[in-house]
Amino acid sequence: MAMHSVVCIKQVPDSSQISIHPETNTIMRQGVPSIVNPYDLHALEAALTLRDRHAGQVTVLTMGPRSATAALRRCLAHGADQARLITDRAFAGSDTLATALVLAHAVAMLHREQPVDVVFCGRQTIDGDTGQVGPGLAGRLGLDPLSYVVEIDSLDPASRRIVVRRRLGSASQTIESRLPCLISMLEGTNQVRFGSLDDVLRAERAEVPRWSAADIGLDGSEVVGLKGSPTRVRRVFAPDPVERPTQRLETAEREPADAAAILLDALARGHPELLAELVGAEVARTGAGRTGLSC
Amino acid sequence: MLIRNRGPARHCAAAQASGVWVLVEQQHGEPHDVSWELLGEGRRLADTLATPLTAVVAGAAEHGLEAAAGRAVAYGADLVRILEDGVLRHYRTAAYASALAGAARAHRPAVLLLGATPLGRDLAGAVATDLETGLTADCTQLASDPESGCLASTRPTFGGSLLCTIETRARRPQMATVRPGVMPRPEPDASRQGSVIRERVDLAEHAIVSKVLAHLPEPREDGARLVDARIVVSGGRGLGRRENLALVRGLAQVLGGEMGVSRPLVQAGWAAHGRQIGQTGHTVRPSLYIAAGISGAVQHRVGMENAEIIVAINTDPDAPIFDIATYGIVADATSLLPALSDAFSRARPDPARAGEGRRYG
Amino acid sequence: MANRFDAIVVGAGPAGNAAALTLARGGLDVLQVERGEAPGTKNVQGAILYADALERVVPGCRRGAPLERPIVEQRMWMMDESSYVGTHFRAPRGEGPPGRYTILRAPFDRWFSEKVREAGALLICETTVRELLVERDRVVGVRTERAGGDVHADVVVLADGVNSRLAVVAGLRPELRATEVALAVKETVFLERGTLEARFNIGRDEGVATEMMGAITRGMVGTGFLYTNKESVSVGVGCLLAHFKATGLRPYDLLEQLKSHPAVAPLLRGGEAREFAAHLLPEGGYDSLPGMHGDGWVMVGDAAHLNNAVHREGSNLAMTSGRLAGEAILKLKAGGRPMTARNLSAYREALARSFVIKDLHRYRRVPRLLENNRQFFTDYPELVNHAVAKMLQVDGIDKRTKQREALRAFRDRRGLGGLAGDAFKLWRALGSRGGR
Ligand SMILES: Cc1cc2nc3c(=O)[nH]c(=O)nc-3n(C[C@H](O)[C@H](O)[C@H](O)COP(=O)(O)OP(=O)(O)OC[C@H]3O[C@@H](n4cnc5c(N)ncnc54)[C@H](O)[C@@H]3O)c2cc1C
Ligand SMILES: Cc1cc2nc3c(=O)[nH]c(=O)nc-3n(C[C@H](O)[C@H](O)[C@H](O)COP(=O)(O)OP(=O)(O)OC[C@H]3O[C@@H](n4cnc5c(N)ncnc54)[C@H](O)[C@@H]3O)c2cc1C
Ligand SMILES: Nc1ncnc2c1ncn2[C@@H]1O[C@H](COP(=O)(O)O)[C@@H](O)[C@H]1O
Repeated sequence: MAMHSVVCIKQVPDSSQISIHPETNTIMRQGVPSIVNPYDLHALEAALTLRDRHAGQVTVLTMGPRSATAALRRCLAHGADQARLITDRAFAGSDTLATALVLAHAVAMLHREQPVDVVFCGRQTIDGDTGQVGPGLAGRLGLDPLSYVVEIDSLDPASRRIVVRRRLGSASQTIESRLPCLISMLEGTNQVRFGSLDDVLRAERAEVPRWSAADIGLDGSEVVGLKGSPTRVRRVFAPDPVERPTQRLETAEREPADAAAILLDALARGHPELLAELVGAEVARTGAGRTGLSC
Repeated sequence: MLIRNRGPARHCAAAQASGVWVLVEQQHGEPHDVSWELLGEGRRLADTLATPLTAVVAGAAEHGLEAAAGRAVAYGADLVRILEDGVLRHYRTAAYASALAGAARAHRPAVLLLGATPLGRDLAGAVATDLETGLTADCTQLASDPESGCLASTRPTFGGSLLCTIETRARRPQMATVRPGVMPRPEPDASRQGSVIRERVDLAEHAIVSKVLAHLPEPREDGARLVDARIVVSGGRGLGRRENLALVRGLAQVLGGEMGVSRPLVQAGWAAHGRQIGQTGHTVRPSLYIAAGISGAVQHRVGMENAEIIVAINTDPDAPIFDIATYGIVADATSLLPALSDAFSRARPDPARAGEGRRYG
Repeated sequence: MANRFDAIVVGAGPAGNAAALTLARGGLDVLQVERGEAPGTKNVQGAILYADALERVVPGCRRGAPLERPIVEQRMWMMDESSYVGTHFRAPRGEGPPGRYTILRAPFDRWFSEKVREAGALLICETTVRELLVERDRVVGVRTERAGGDVHADVVVLADGVNSRLAVVAGLRPELRATEVALAVKETVFLERGTLEARFNIGRDEGVATEMMGAITRGMVGTGFLYTNKESVSVGVGCLLAHFKATGLRPYDLLEQLKSHPAVAPLLRGGEAREFAAHLLPEGGYDSLPGMHGDGWVMVGDAAHLNNAVHREGSNLAMTSGRLAGEAILKLKAGGRPMTARNLSAYREALARSFVIKDLHRYRRVPRLLENNRQFFTDYPELVNHAVAKMLQVDGIDKRTKQREALRAFRDRRGLGGLAGDAFKLWRALGSRGGR
């Protein structure tokens, strides 16, 4: 019995290459390449592994601008079978609640084409960084949400039972659930495969179908985009420098031992209780001044 | 597959909502410390809004929820709502989300806070969808406006280099998850009085698809004590060589503290991820933080700048870490660290105890 | 056969892009294979772009290409430990468009590659070509490291850069010799635009290129450079690989020392250094050029050692050779002629008629000269710096005496014969057109 998995992926700017302009405090996006959200590649690999075991189809899905086609192509190059781009100006400004709703409509549409057994998500995106879309999508679709999954232990297509292991902070759980379900994969659980030459050639040549709001039954809808998003970003700003007068300790040219003594002395003067705690001593009764520690 | 979209009518409007709610996160009877931090913060918000602070404790009978409720009152709650049912024995997203969303629908809080732990973030995402309301993840600052009743949630964005403030204007509850270790933990007051109410939980086991077959506590990872340490000595790339990390550990031991590191050291495999301080690691707020050979990139600073006293050791007099340091020493960390270990050991009143580590937290 | 193309281009640097673009525009079915995650991710260049060579491949390129700043001023510095003597040449804005621009390779290569794809070539990235497929001494395609990774084509264009393992493994080119390549390291230091323009005394749309030699290379044959981009400065230094090996000096230390040189440090102060990179450059010159064509293959750009070390030109030779190879292949294809070594020699002939080979031929003696006469990198910069420092010192000694002292210092160090010989060598290497 072949499985149909849908993997939700997002195109994100490579955050390791984003930096903040030291003087203007603006984001330097210049030349920052877009990548597939790295967490989502673990989801993709999990879906491909399921396909290895049970045969079937892996569909990658994203909501984003047209340029997100590149991210879908990359997933095809890793071995996914088909891709869908959900794109519409009406979706601009969607927060996680609205994004999950759009994705839910798209998955439902795919489900009509070919029944969906598992929806996969990444743990979180590196730009939105919320981890909310997965649980939200599950809620919309009425699927059992299985988050932080480390491994799919077993899946029986006949009885439609699935057993997964997941990590929840300091504990791990083994959970049995039923298909269809939604799995958010934990990072670092697998390594996405290197597609074959045919995969990459196919990925480069593929036409990636696009669905608009109308195509997924959300035309003129009030529940997506900015209108459908309860949250509003009010302000983006640089963190205040922490107000803390810095005391430079003059240690130039000093021997390390002298430099150490200078610090202890400064602590003795400025923070006698802390120093006492550090060295396990009573606070010097003679007041905060000299403790004689520096000799 | 059907889509649950009950439309705008589903959420609660601002005028109908009041009260600040905090979820006391617990697994198998062990409350997560972030809960107490949240209660401290929730208390402040509730006072500003002149509204009561409610703690929500969810779980099964064997988790000893009363004890948790008692602690919640000591930490500032006016009221505790206990959601107790066998269905809540193990954390399962659907079960917990249903219980919490149900209670919120019944009592209409204006604000609902959870810890930004794995459990809290997962649960918050599910609850917010169910309630069709706004949720801000991983916040580091909260503020409320007594006029509008609006919650301004601030969180790091773009890799921690910038902050953004997010609001949920029209819908209630205004939800946020809050980063552990960021808000100060209040002093518990055992004499505080509060009422405890048991909620009805309308959940049938057969309605929950997931069954937990096994639950294993994971072995505590390296660096697990870091978050609570009173003294943290951290090393960065300026140490130059892996062997020099021992100098950091050495000083931490002398001071009875914990060792932390900057991310490059984790990436280089010199230290476990559990030791990493910063945006993608732990947030700490110790009494003393010593940064040796750390430049002070924002991503590192967000994890340590709330320390009471920061001592920075760096060879570069222009290193940004000096901007936030209490004491700055321009020196080679590899020679100063052993000198400090030595000086602190020798400063001990009782030489017999020199070099022996002490533990806090 | 499942995977077959008219032509395969290995590499998506300037050479490969020029070739693939030319071929695709000519209507051929082209596969371009690049091992980097995206074009430009693996490439390193100073980087000065020579617009003319690009214009011939992408007409009107100045409008769309991500160019940083046109070079309006060229500086040449002879460095001593803590001082420098230099010339600054600023040309008035001429009639035509500027000829040289600074670029950042990552966005530039991405843009160039986009043009290639628009022309219809199929580009696959993150795919390394492991070896050439050879049948009866003919190159018939490539084997990539991906599963099921063989692809066939009538002709393979090797544009895989200075290392060109493919050519070496296939026996088409000898192993690189440490005396024929330079190892260069560079980094990009980000500065606020206004600060940068003030420090270099340039306007919004102006750039400065600085070339440096002397003490910064610690006696090794090599040079340093400093180019202004829009909001950053590219700074780097490179020396013959053989000399790094011999001295045991580390390239990154050299770069750190260059950055802290009193002439350089103030220009970079407060900047945020990012994007460290190291790369080889072919510096063997004319005498080390390999064969560039054979049955079913041609070689272009750095792979073919087409690099003019004296003028630090590489990308223009790469783009020109790529274009000429593409044009030669198109002609054969149009005439229905097979891609044999003999037919493909049309490419080599076109190259010989172009500035590429002409320039390399002209400077053919330079590499050997510099390699055998280190005084150009040690004694001279030091002596010149001392002489100028003396001249400028106001200390009661008359200028004439100072001049004499300076000359004596030169003579003592190099000897009269040495000085004359050096002058002659330089003149011959750079200027003479006669035969050997
Ligand atoms: C998305 C993202 C998330 C990140 N998350 C984190 C995070 O959670 N935590 C984190 O730490 N980083 C994080 N980073 C990385 C962060 O940006 C910095 O790169 C990192 O903090 C730098 O570490 P460092 O200070 O040890 O090294 P460097 O920046 O290389 O600094 C080394 C310092 O040591 C000094 N030095 C050199 N020699 C000596 C000596 N002998 N004695 C004394 N000083 C010396 C130098 O002057 C320099 O200031 C993140 C980055 C990104 C993009
Ligand atoms: C520090 C430095 C400064 C320089 N400054 C200048 C300058 O200012 N001006 C100038 O004109 N030139 C400069 N050059 C020279 C210039 O960078 C090169 O001449 C030019 O990049 C050559 O282009 P190319 O296409 O031949 O090779 P490359 O740009 O090296 O491209 C080769 C491509 O092939 C790919 N590749 C290699 N092997 C394989 C394989 N097996 N399978 C698939 N793909 C493969 C590589 O990933 C790469 O993308 C500089 C070079 C250096 C190192
Ligand atoms: N625009 C999107 N298109 C498709 N999937 C998405 C999108 N945004 C988020 N996701 C999925 O939801 C997960 C969590 O995202 P986030 O809530 O943004 O952290 C991601 O790892 C993706 O699997």
